[in-house]
Amino acid sequence: MKLGAAELKREREERRRGFFLALPSFAYMLLFFALPLVIVLIYSFATRTSTGSTALSDWNLDAYRKLGEPIVRNVVVRSVVLAVITTVICLVVAYPFAWFCAHQRPTVRNVLLIAVMIPFWTNFLVRNYAWRILLSKGGPISTFTEAIGLGEVDILFTKTAVVIGLVYAYLPFMILPLYASIDRLDRRLIEAGRDLYGSGPQTFRRIILPLTMPGVIAGSILVFVPSMGAYVTPELLGGGKETMLGSYIVTQFLTARNWPVGASLSFVLMTVMLISTVIYFRSGGRNL
Amino acid sequence: MSHSHQRRLPVWALRTNGGAVLLFLYAPIILLVILSFSASRIPGQWGGFTTEWYATLFDDSRLQRTISVSVRVALVSTLIATVLGTMAALALERFTFRGRRVFDALLYLPIIIPDVTMAVMMLMFFSQSFNVVDAVFGLGISKGFGTIVVSHVAFNIAFVSVVVRARIAGMNATLEQAASDLYASRWQAFRYVTLPLIAPGVFGGALLALTLSLDDVVVTQFVAGPGSTTLPVYVFSLIRKGVTPTINSVSVIMLVASLILVAGSVALQRANASRGRQQLQTSGGTS
Repeated sequence: MKLGAAELKREREERRRGFFLALPSFAYMLLFFALPLVIVLIYSFATRTSTGSTALSDWNLDAYRKLGEPIVRNVVVRSVVLAVITTVICLVVAYPFAWFCAHQRPTVRNVLLIAVMIPFWTNFLVRNYAWRILLSKGGPISTFTEAIGLGEVDILFTKTAVVIGLVYAYLPFMILPLYASIDRLDRRLIEAGRDLYGSGPQTFRRIILPLTMPGVIAGSILVFVPSMGAYVTPELLGGGKETMLGSYIVTQFLTARNWPVGASLSFVLMTVMLISTVIYFRSGGRNL
Repeated sequence: MSHSHQRRLPVWALRTNGGAVLLFLYAPIILLVILSFSASRIPGQWGGFTTEWYATLFDDSRLQRTISVSVRVALVSTLIATVLGTMAALALERFTFRGRRVFDALLYLPIIIPDVTMAVMMLMFFSQSFNVVDAVFGLGISKGFGTIVVSHVAFNIAFVSVVVRARIAGMNATLEQAASDLYASRWQAFRYVTLPLIAPGVFGGALLALTLSLDDVVVTQFVAGPGSTTLPVYVFSLIRKGVTPTINSVSVIMLVASLILVAGSVALQRANASRGRQQLQTSGGTS
């Protein structure tokens, strides 16, 4: 009995140590993260006064109703469409690339994976800026297409430019989870499919694709979600014309001064991300 | 490459796609570097070799001020986030305590949350709390260096703790137990056993925090004051006003800075991997 009491005391001691170890960061996150999140939620139910300030007195759902208005709806639709196109392009390009990586010698494979990771670590703003220069009038791409007789390419400040920028920014997010799931693939199953006279496409559709689905889902979410909330890319490559959700929210704060609408949109955006994340973990994407 | 299951895959198509992906990833960066040495006043065109645009950087005092703010913000926020993030990681991996699950979930949020939402959160929080502080203590605080650091730490704690936790999870707890069996105090066991073992994770987390802090545009744009802006926010505003050759050269400098950080982290991983192999060998290679 005495031993039990000693153990109990020790365990309580351990819990106390753990709590104090976590306390500084826990307190920090509560004060500078959880509290701000609650403030955004509160603001999304507030009203914008005629002077542009925010009245916190009478609560309403006006800001959320405003999300149904044509201007906001257009922004949302454009964001979804561009994010879907970006995701599909990334998937189509990244799948064969990830497959290729997974079937190389370990040294080559590591070099390829590091080569994919390096642009991901380099400055995001600079990567977007590079495309602004590349696509500019009389820039490298235009010069090249003119030289080979295709004529001038003038796509800067269009949806195409935004999609190129987004694909460039998030392609590594698609390649890495796809690689992880293709690498885990049991190759004997593919051979079994072949032995049973499955054609190439049949084997892919019935065996390879279902088995690598966790990678496909994880990669798609990792590309779709940040594309939806993109701000820098549509600003620099869409020239402010191709407003996406992220840039629209920023405008609500920095120029339009409509905090309730900006707050409600931020909250909606965050909810989309949270739901996607839950799907991601459900699809077995934990080990990334 | 002569496995039977590979026969039907068009290898040349995979190779072409692989080459295209690498070209797509690297051509823009390489072209940007080349064009930063172009004498042409139009940033996308080649007009002979010059280093003029790099020389102009040294005369631009506004630019130098923003670089200094960026570096200071990155160093201070990384230091705080690394200490707090490592403590959080140890607490979550090695202890159970009240509120552990809430804390665990809370630490995932900054990673998932969109930049823009985070920016909005911090802006609203500061404007609200400044009002409160002003009303209660009569102190007029304004946005600036402090608010940028607080915001960067708020998202970086989460990233540091994820990296460190991954390291702790892959580590054997028996070594720490052995230390305490040999009558090492808690502090000694931590200082001489745990800390050296998790050090690569801590450095990795710090490098990630440094990169994210130096990279951030959106959050910083919302919480920076008129007098203190970081380099990326300043460059972003310059680009929106119109591209100039000077932006090319600043971009290349930012690029080089981030490449140095990548090289650091790759080197770290390699050192890590080879040390892991050595440990395996010395322990008799039992796996």
